[in-house]
Amino acid sequence: MNLTLKIWRQNGSSDKGRMVTYRVEDVSPDMSFLEMLDVLNERLILEGDDPVAFDHDCREGICGMCGMVINGVAHGEQKLTTTCQLHMRHFKDGDVITIEPWRAAAFPVVKDLVVDRSAFDRIIQAGGFISVPAGSAPEAHSVPVPKADADAAFDAATCIGCGACVAACPNGSASLFTAAKITHLSLLPQGQPERESRARAMVEQMDAEGFGGCTNTGECTAVCPKGIPFDTIAQMNADYLKAASK
Amino acid sequence: MAVTGAALVLFLIGHMLGNLKIFLGADSFNHYADWLRTVGSPALPNRTLLTITEIVLVVCVVLHMWAAVSLARRAAKARPVKYAAKRKSQANGYATHTMRYGGVIIVLFVIWHLLDMTFGTVNPKGGDATPYDRMIAGFQPDRWWVALFYLVAMAMVGLHLRHGLWSAFQSLGLTRRPRVRSTLQTTAVAVSAVLVLGFVSAPVCILIGVVK
Ligand code: HEM
Ligand code: SF4
Ligand code: FES
Repeated sequence: MNLTLKIWRQNGSSDKGRMVTYRVEDVSPDMSFLEMLDVLNERLILEGDDPVAFDHDCREGICGMCGMVINGVAHGEQKLTTTCQLHMRHFKDGDVITIEPWRAAAFPVVKDLVVDRSAFDRIIQAGGFISVPAGSAPEAHSVPVPKADADAAFDAATCIGCGACVAACPNGSASLFTAAKITHLSLLPQGQPERESRARAMVEQMDAEGFGGCTNTGECTAVCPKGIPFDTIAQMNADYLKAASK
Repeated sequence: MAVTGAALVLFLIGHMLGNLKIFLGADSFNHYADWLRTVGSPALPNRTLLTITEIVLVVCVVLHMWAAVSLARRAAKARPVKYAAKRKSQANGYATHTMRYGGVIIVLFVIWHLLDMTFGTVNPKGGDATPYDRMIAGFQPDRWWVALFYLVAMAMVGLHLRHGLWSAFQSLGLTRRPRVRSTLQTTAVAVSAVLVLGFVSAPVCILIGVVK
């Protein structure tokens, strides 16, 4: 199939940036979205042009590096799918596809579709850890964890930190990411000692990074490639309120 | 947002129940309006309950609007560059997208409504008539547009509460597990629906002449 791409090109953080239109021909429906961009980039390189910069690493939906807003939807319209796992069979010949970077003040554009997501790292640094004595691994059965808690914690822990939740949120809020990280620790026994200080520190860091405030629109979980449940935000709010009321 | 909104919802429940007294006749309704002004007397001065309610309402409405404006301003700051492609909503929540302009419509409604029912300025019977007469006169068929405005405003109130109520449960951290979440979702829909039906029943019945 033949496609028209409208891609955001921005040569560095101080460049103003603009949408540029490209034609890509003979795209196979079996290609992934990133492979389709590879085809475009190989051509651009042969023609002596600057290839479109985009982030990617694992290309199997687990690292969270890839991410772009495709036709106005973070990671494209396919549910529970990262951009690298999105296949061209979901598009048809003649389609015009708009491709933009995550838009958030806290995620400045580095180049083209690549944004700097270090704000997420700083949120994790603020409290996304547990303090345990180092040494050999403890006996797995020494701390029992109820099955329901283990499952909910595990669901939250599948967040890959891609940032789609921020990109999709009308408020540019990072609540789903932060809530996933808070929940996965706060439901487990190992996370209890720092539970309240963690919620407080991570929420405060999230606000300090310049993300917007959550108004519970639910756009985040709808685009999240890992289906992080909305319940995590309630868990974050509960932990934060408990910490703040002391 | 959640706390001030919850206070406003409590007021709406009381107000809706009070309005239903219109179906019990003029005496019952006027007596109720009178009771609102004289409750606690002579131990308390007249209008104690009303004055307290009015102060709490004004404080809540102002704080509620202040919170909404700060959230909107934070959102604008958090995304200085807009998307070129129209962002398609992926979370089918119609009510969610009406919150900001819906809130503005409700405020405009409340202003008109106070001029109509409380001060009587825009009411055909004026401020000196009994509350019952004001209400009946307000919704006569030749003033169908007033009733229509009330109905549209109540639809907005319903949408506002449908999202607002469940959003408040979420903000207060109550919806942590799927089962509780779906129960509270249903509660939000049910409370909004009952409030809207309760509120629209009086204007509709007056408009079609069932209550005279
Ligand atoms: C169809 C729906 C409604 C009807 C028929 C209605 C009717 C009335 C009436 C008759 C009064 C005057 C009572 C008296 O003088 O004792 C009143 C007062 C008032 N109403 Fe409504 N109302 C409706 C919906 C609403 C809604 C949705 C709101 C808020 C969003 C609201 C806010 C108020 C306020 C703030 C007052 C003044 C209370 C006070 O003076 O303390 N009303 N309403
Ligand atoms: S919550 Fe979902 S959308 Fe947000 S960063 Fe984690 S995986 Fe990505
Ligand atoms: S490249 Fe790793 S998740 Fe897409």
